Formats: sequence, C-alpha cells, structure tokens
Amino acid sequence: MHPILAHRGRLLPYLAACAPLAVIVTALLARPGGLFLGEAVALAVPLTFAFAFMGLSAWYPCRQLPLNASKVVPLVVTHAAAAGVVSGFWVGFAALLAGSYGLIPAFAGLRGRFASQAVMLFAAGVLLYLLAAALNYVLLALETASEAERREAELSILAREAELAVLKAQIRPHFLFNSLNSISALASSDPPRAQQMCVRLGDFLRKSLSLGEKTSISVGEELELSRAYLAVEELRYGSRLEVEEELDERGNRCLVPPLLLQPLVENAIRHGIATRVEGGTVRVGVACGGGRLRILIENPFDPESPARPGSGRGLENVRKRLTARYGEEGLFAAKRLADRYLVVISVPAETAA
Amino acid sequence: MTKPGAGGADIGVLIVDDEEPARTILREHLGRVPGVRVVGECADGFEALRSAAELSPRIVFLDIEMPKLDGFEVLELLDPSIAAVFVTAYDAYAVKAFEVHAVDYVLKPFEPARIAVAVDRARERLARGGPVRAGELHAAARPEGTYLSRVVVRDGSRVHIIPVERLDAAAAKDDYLELKSEGRTYLKQQTLASLADALDPKRFVRVHRSHLVRLDLLARLEPYGKGSHVAVLSDGSRVPVSREGHARLKELLG
Repeated sequence: MHPILAHRGRLLPYLAACAPLAVIVTALLARPGGLFLGEAVALAVPLTFAFAFMGLSAWYPCRQLPLNASKVVPLVVTHAAAAGVVSGFWVGFAALLAGSYGLIPAFAGLRGRFASQAVMLFAAGVLLYLLAAALNYVLLALETASEAERREAELSILAREAELAVLKAQIRPHFLFNSLNSISALASSDPPRAQQMCVRLGDFLRKSLSLGEKTSISVGEELELSRAYLAVEELRYGSRLEVEEELDERGNRCLVPPLLLQPLVENAIRHGIATRVEGGTVRVGVACGGGRLRILIENPFDPESPARPGSGRGLENVRKRLTARYGEEGLFAAKRLADRYLVVISVPAETAA
Repeated sequence: MTKPGAGGADIGVLIVDDEEPARTILREHLGRVPGVRVVGECADGFEALRSAAELSPRIVFLDIEMPKLDGFEVLELLDPSIAAVFVTAYDAYAVKAFEVHAVDYVLKPFEPARIAVAVDRARERLARGGPVRAGELHAAARPEGTYLSRVVVRDGSRVHIIPVERLDAAAAKDDYLELKSEGRTYLKQQTLASLADALDPKRFVRVHRSHLVRLDLLARLEPYGKGSHVAVLSDGSRVPVSREGHARLKELLG
C-alpha cells in the first residue's frame, strides 16, 4: 500500500499540499480563449483532487523501477506509458464532468469550450504525472533510508544485549560458589593450594572485569582469560581436567569481541568434562589463514550422564554476538558427535592497525 | 532398620560429590559431629547407588550435578529409608523444590555448624519416617520451560534409564506409575500429574486423568460412548481419552 494511504495522518496534509495545484489548473483552464473563471474553478477543484489520488499510482512503477538500478529505456517507456494512461483517464474524467455541468443552464456551452482545452489539459496531465513520479521517488528514497537506519539500530541493540548477557553470565554463581567451597576445603587440608586458588580466582575476576569494557581484544588476551579460568577449575577437578592448546602466532594477534571464548571453555567443562567420571581433555585450536580466523573448541562428554541445563543459551549468545559484529561473515557451528562436542567459529581476520 | 542403641553405634553417613575438595570439606565437618561415622565417599551417581547398597548408610549427603546420575535421580533410585541432604552451590529452582518438599539442603560453602544441624534434622526425619516423594521433587526442580530428558526407574537391583524419546506412555496405577517403553513396562512410585508437568507438553499429552501418551505415537482417535473417545496408538494399543484430554489433543493437533 502507498505510504501516504497507509498512514491516516499523512493523507490530509497531502491533500492540503495539492490545493495550490487547483489554482494552477484553474489558471490554465481560464486562459484567454478558454473557460469562464466560474467554470474553470468548478472543474479544477474536483480534477485536482482526482489527480491527487491518481498520482499516487506512480508509486508502483517507481518501486518496480528504482532509479539507481534500472535501465534508461524501460524507465522512460514505462513512465511515458503510465503518464499517457493516467492523463488520458484524467482528461476523460474532465470531459465527463464538463458534459454533466453542461446540462446545468448556468454552464451552457461548457462542453464546446472544454473541447478546445482538452489537448492542453492532457499535456498538463502528463507533466503532473511526471511530477508525481518524481515525488514518489523522493518518498521511496526516504523510506529506504529510514529502513536502513532501523536495521542498523536493531543490530546495535542486539549487539548491546549480547554484551550485557555475557557480562551477566561471565561470573556464573555456580562457578563462584563452587570455587569458594573448594577454597574452604583446601584452607585446612592444603593451605598453600587454598592460597593459590584465591590468587587464581582473583586473577580471573580481575581479567574478566577489565576485558568486558573493551569492544575488541586479541585472541591472545582472550586465551589468557580462559587460562585464568581453567587454572581455577584445575584445582576443583584435579586430574580430571586436561587442556591442550594448538595455536598460531598470527591467530593470537587477531581481534575478537571480548569474552567470546571463555563462555565456550566454561561450557566445555560444565557440559563435557564434568559429566565424565574420568574427566578428559579440552582442546582449543586457533588458526589464521586466507583472511579468516578459525577457532575450534572440542571436548568429550558422557552421553549417559544427565544433560545439565543452560548450554543452549550460552551458545545462542555467542552466535548472536558474532552476527551482531560480523553479520553474514561470522560463522558459528556447534556439533554434537557420539561422545564429543565441537564448536567452530570462523570470522574475518582483523588485526590491530 | 534398627535405631542406634542408648550409647550405641554411630550413624552411618555417605558422601556423594564429584569434586574432590568438596568431599574433603564435608568429611572434615562431618568428622566433628558427634555420633557420626562417614562410611564412604562416591564421585558419581552409579557409585552412590552401589555404595548405598553395600555400606547401608542412614544419611546421604548428595551433590546435584554429577556424572552418570544427578542427585535427584540418585534419590529416586535410593532406598527410601535413607535420609538425603542435598549439597549445592547455586540452584534457585532446586532450592524452591527442596522447600516445597521439605527436603533439607546445604549451600556451598558451608560452616561446620550447618552440617551438624543437617545431621540432627536427618536423624529427626529418620525417627519420624515418611519418605520423600523423590519423583515429585525431581519433577519440580526444573527451570520453567525446561523438561525432563529422561526418566530413571529401579527394577530390583537394576537401574533403567529411559530417554523421553523412548517413553511411549504412562498410566497411573494406585500409588504407582506404569511406564511403557519399547514394549516393556516399568513401575515407579510417582504421581502422573508430576510426571506430566515435567515433560514437554508438545510431545506428551495427558489424555485422561490416569493416562499420558507420547503424541507422535497417536495413530487415530475413535469415538467411544457418549462424549468420550479412545486413542489408538501406532502399536495398536488403546488408551481412554477423557473430555478434557480430547480438548487438549484438539488444541495440539489443531
């Protein structure tokens, strides 16, 4: 539907803006040798408002043939044809009107006088149509601009929301309370390890608080955070937790949104290693090549252990953040194999200038 | 099931937690409670059941998230005469369920005094009798919008884990549930209402006050008497459908 008709509030101002047109049409019809002034006004007013609506029909060819993406010939032919048709209908309507008025004694002879003006009116109709088409193109441009603006705003809200969710989830209460419990246990059984755990927990919290404020960090920094996290978990899980890293120097220098990997590493432990009596190895791989940065996180899990709530939300979060930041260029895949879980991220490789 | 005599034997306690430091601190605190003897420590759900059968503890301190079976599943399969105390770091939904079902729980980290209180309360519960409705507790301890992914059943000394995609139907029989899965029938002490609540309502429909079926097994509905229907499942078995059940089905199937 036409944007002017779709919004009730727009129709009245639009019709009001057409009023000066009625004056011009009147002047045209009342030229010397044309109609009497009274006749011209009586015709011009309904004709103008009829055109106000007919002109809106230019919206459809305008939308079909955007100025920047159409060839000149079809553009000219289509609009010329449309102008002829619209103006033809308009003049036809005017003739009908003049004929009806002619039946009134006061307007006697109008029919004849109108006939001499029909060609001029047709030309005016063609010009008016072209004016309407131009106006519709302006409207279309405005609509496209506001649509693009809205999409951009939506994306930035999405990105902001994702950041917020990550910050909130970053210090998961489960992790924090379990760590405190471990410290409490170690305090009497193994005081040096209790101290070590306090230091590692402090290290992790400090790092994650400082990273959350940045919009980009290097993969190397992000891995530092994950290592601080894993260092705490190591004291909890003991020999059950092993970590293997496969890194490359170029990959380490690439930039990513902060706290992208840490939640994935956390998932790998909570939904993977912790479900296995014997524990297992979390593998983290980073590689850079062909203009892309690829990150892989792999962990085993016990398919016979009960599923723990919460993994879906964490993954969804990462996916959303990648979309917000890289659009279609941010690829994310999570795959559940028989007893292993794989998360792969591929994004354009960006490095600090 | 003899009570400890006047100056009598200590009460046996089993510790179940997959994290070594968590077991250590429990053992330490329990060691200071008079009249308590720690009979064993386990790191996963299956081991907990085995040790409970072998060591006959009177009280079990149970972690929630563990390999093999979680704390709720262990409680469902455990000898109901054993008093359970849940030990958890943070789990708002579980805590709500514990309150509703009057199950004692301890939050990590804890003070030694809290463990002594937990032992006292467990002793009281043992003296009072009246087991916890473990199935109902498990069904209640879920975040909203999440559903059980499997149902655990005990058959003598054997444990059966039925993934919900293989659970075909459930019927209420007095105090028990009759669960049907792949041609076999299992009995479990739980109400049908609590099971129905804990399963995805888009996959399982309570077609009758005492019948629940998995929706994708429904072959057709046949009218049966005045206003009621009977559901024919893909294996040919027939399940009564009440008026409310029929309305539910119509809403789901459109």
